[in-house]
Amino acid sequence: MKLTLKSSLALAALFASTSFAYADCGIEKGSVRILSNDFLALQLVSAAAATCASDTVEVTANLTAEHKNLQVAALSTNPATYTVAVVANGSLVPLLNEGLVRPLDDLVAMYGQQLQPNQLIKVDGKIVAIAFMANAQHLMYRKSILEAAGIAPPKTYEDMVAAAIILKEKGEVASPLVANFKPGWDLAQEFVNMYMGFGGELFEPGTANAAINGEAGLKALAMMKAMADTMAPEYMTFDTNALGPVWEGGGAAMQNMWGSRAGALIDPAGAAPEVAADTVLAGAPTVGGGTIPATTLWWDGFTIATNASDEDAAASFQAMMKGIAPEVAAANPEAAAWLIAGYEPTPAAVGVFETVQAGAKPYPMLPYMGLLHTALGDNLAEFMQGQESAEQALADTITAYNTAAKEAGFLQ
Amino acid sequence: MPHRTFFAFILPSLFVMLLFIALPILSVAYQSLFIEHDQALIEVETCDPFSCQKELRVDAAAMAALREEAPMGKFNGLGTYTNSSHLAFDEVSQIWANSPSILAFLSSLTNLPFYNAMAFTLAYTFIVTPLVIITGFFIALGVNAVPTLIKGPVIFFSLLPMIVTPLIGSLVLFWMIDSKGILGATLQWVFSDPQLTLKASPTLTWTVLMVYGVWHSAPFSFIVYYAGLQGVPKDTLESAMIDGATRWERVRYVVIPHLIPLTTFIALMQLMDNFRVLEPIVGFSAEANASSLSYLIYNDLRIAETPLFGSAAATSMLTIIGVVILLTPVLIRTWRDFNRKTH
Repeated sequence: MKLTLKSSLALAALFASTSFAYADCGIEKGSVRILSNDFLALQLVSAAAATCASDTVEVTANLTAEHKNLQVAALSTNPATYTVAVVANGSLVPLLNEGLVRPLDDLVAMYGQQLQPNQLIKVDGKIVAIAFMANAQHLMYRKSILEAAGIAPPKTYEDMVAAAIILKEKGEVASPLVANFKPGWDLAQEFVNMYMGFGGELFEPGTANAAINGEAGLKALAMMKAMADTMAPEYMTFDTNALGPVWEGGGAAMQNMWGSRAGALIDPAGAAPEVAADTVLAGAPTVGGGTIPATTLWWDGFTIATNASDEDAAASFQAMMKGIAPEVAAANPEAAAWLIAGYEPTPAAVGVFETVQAGAKPYPMLPYMGLLHTALGDNLAEFMQGQESAEQALADTITAYNTAAKEAGFLQ
Repeated sequence: MPHRTFFAFILPSLFVMLLFIALPILSVAYQSLFIEHDQALIEVETCDPFSCQKELRVDAAAMAALREEAPMGKFNGLGTYTNSSHLAFDEVSQIWANSPSILAFLSSLTNLPFYNAMAFTLAYTFIVTPLVIITGFFIALGVNAVPTLIKGPVIFFSLLPMIVTPLIGSLVLFWMIDSKGILGATLQWVFSDPQLTLKASPTLTWTVLMVYGVWHSAPFSFIVYYAGLQGVPKDTLESAMIDGATRWERVRYVVIPHLIPLTTFIALMQLMDNFRVLEPIVGFSAEANASSLSYLIYNDLRIAETPLFGSAAATSMLTIIGVVILLTPVLIRTWRDFNRKTH
């Protein structure tokens, strides 16, 4: 478990507040074993859950970026290696496909009084996960740069590209526009965002047949290409992690970046205080005259393993209730766009909440969505670099998806 | 040595090889013949923090029963090998029929993921391997000539590129060739082109990857050749000097013939290593421009949300077949040498 200095300080503050130091979680006995991704908000949650540890209650946590590759195998054993898996929209699907998450209705009824209705993730009427934070890619821009060029904050992708062209001509910023265009997961995610913005449907309703090779797909690719033309030549090597330093170094003026990164980018105590003070967060732009933002909504939440004993499941649920208690959100409002009761959006969460209110669609939790995402990530790069047509790129994607979906048993 | 003693002698290693090499390969080969069961899908209502909708879900209970019955999945024969993500027989014959020339055929062929990966893998293998052998040879000659006093440190520093883990080494170079990095910024200054970047075009990315490959592997051939140089007969060299041979003639007629068997060994190791190129592609974020067979396996198993074990297994088997084809000429040569020596 890797802790940054900042989160260590936050944790120290957390432990210092007396209400947390000797938490009474009401658990008699049991074992709580948490598997989770590793970023600040999740570190806070598992640290708060760990305060439930006592002579009879064991709490361990494995926070790792590899969680997605561990979870299915780790929860398939009986008893499961982890009793709690912290997941997001995308990573819940493999667990659901294998039936590895326990319906939580009875546990919510007994211990979940603090939960709000929108925190309950339901499949077929059963609660399968408890969400505690929201995330989305949304607009971030440098106020002073746009103002100096007399450009109004962009509301649409068309505005963004137009603004980028003006800024590029003025030559004040190296690459006015940056985006997560690295082939693979990031590039595919940008396509899904844009495609949703154009009102496209990813699949033919009620089937696993991909439907991206229509007009909305071509328009989405054309817009991504228009964006790329204003970017730095090495734009295809930029992912979320690579863009942090680019932004902090003042090398960009506009980006659609993850809300979970906003806290760090506007942190006045961060690496570049002037840039942080000048960075403004806003809702994700729309595209093609559409009414909903061209982005997808994500949530992070926790699930309890099917293969955990009832006692451990109850202990785990109670510990996680402590982990996502209103006090945790209240003590660390900047860490995430919490979905927890009593949380008021802070400046760092403005972008995510504006995006939610503007009616952006959630990222689909379909069992075959991951296969399409992978196929998109592998097949759009050649189009982006001008080596093949948009039609060809989408046709290649469909071929790759069909092959993968056949192998995974979703298509015959 | 009696046969009995010989077998008793090699039995432990034979057992270990069977257990850790042959069995895993067999299991991968077996796995590559299977795909997942047809998924039982049911339509249910799904609610998240933002909205509710009707969506298809996998019927986990029905699937568990299916898997209980046939844990390997659905038998697919060689279907995975011939599908569009691998050898793509249908697509290839279609492209063949539609291509006016061989060149057009080859260029359309690289649009298929397997052949695209193959193109880079082969180019990498056949460009990097000879360069590694040549570079290593000249470094060895150079180091052999430096005074004994500084030889130790020189050898150590020459070995450094190989000691650095490939992924870390490629990341270090990746940051150095960044337009803000020392190499990238220098290149921009030298060519006075602020837009110049080694990361943008396929040609430049391939060049960078191959330069990295040579940089990383040259120490290996250097150290092997350096060891070989210590065994070059001194008296032959001295008599060559007396006969008035120049330094180059001594290298050409005494040193190189002596080192030829080592070249076979280095070529063998390097062909095998370079054919499995993976880390530089990840380290240099070169996914847009380069892909390799190992990268396809990595992609199937690690990048995908749903790992495709059958597909990865099929690519693994094709990689093994590729390595065998590559090594055959070298192995035949070694076999001939061996026979010559023993008879």
